[in-house]
Amino acid sequence: MSTVVEHAAHGHDSHTHDSHGEHAGHSNKHYYLVALALAILTGLEVMLSYVDVGAAFLPLLLILMGIKFVMVVLEFMHLRKDAKIFHYLFWSGFVLAIGVYVAALACFKFFLNP
Amino acid sequence: MSTAATVEHGAGHDAHGGGHGHTSTGLSNNKLAMWLFLGSECLLFGGLISTYMLYRGRNGDGPGPDQVYSIPFTSVSSFVLLMSSLTMVLAVSSAQARDVAKTKLWLTVTALLGATFVGGQVFEFTDFYRKGLGYTTSLFSSSFYTLTGFHGVHVTVGVIMLLAVVGMLRTNRIPGDRAEVVELVGLYWHFVDIVWILIFTLVYLIPS
Repeated sequence: MSTVVEHAAHGHDSHTHDSHGEHAGHSNKHYYLVALALAILTGLEVMLSYVDVGAAFLPLLLILMGIKFVMVVLEFMHLRKDAKIFHYLFWSGFVLAIGVYVAALACFKFFLNP
Repeated sequence: MSTAATVEHGAGHDAHGGGHGHTSTGLSNNKLAMWLFLGSECLLFGGLISTYMLYRGRNGDGPGPDQVYSIPFTSVSSFVLLMSSLTMVLAVSSAQARDVAKTKLWLTVTALLGATFVGGQVFEFTDFYRKGLGYTTSLFSSSFYTLTGFHGVHVTVGVIMLLAVVGMLRTNRIPGDRAEVVELVGLYWHFVDIVWILIFTLVYLIPS
């Protein structure tokens, strides 16, 4: 009795697996923990806006925001274990967006105020 | 005697993977397009956030951010949207496990949380308007309403997409890979969430 599985011929390689869904391999418990961490970080952000931490306020807030952003992108959007090209597509757009902000800030703040 | 049981993996893969086994990259074209779209969306929101950051202090005679924002209220609606990302990822997880009932449940919960967020935004806009902050009141108000309004429209489109997928799952009208369809909607939804993570901090929490 023989079973012929035509598998490799259809391009079912690791790449396709990566782009697919098994990429995450996370249990639901992992997602709950990530959500809990996000909720705690949001709570900390809100708390910071009521507590006087002096000059550390802005850096702390931006760091917390960055951690939340990266956590959602890597864990919920599965970018951590997905194909590299998706990284490039997304982060290139993100870096360009920051470039837009820096350019706009430079134009409006620096060049117009001698 | 031998029995040759040939498993046509390609056909099965089409049903499971959207037929991306034969693309030149070996990746799903749909997913590639979605990531490209999200990359371009970064630019859209980058421009809107930049505009807001530049004009946030230009409130003229109208009310300023500190006079209209309600941090407790916005914190709750932010939390609601953040938790909708959890329910969305649970929907994707269920879809990949081919559990249609749970997929529909989590998608519906996500849509409800999204609708709650949009409802909160409508309430917030109405409240701000009553406090004298119209769309053309000042540069601050125009940039604020444009930024948060664009985001609200994205959430609304996301809710419509979620409900459409639930409807299509109910009537079994999704051809090919269901898990990938849910995943694509999920990517869009998470993107909407990460944009709000930025807006919540940069617009609401950082004082002008």
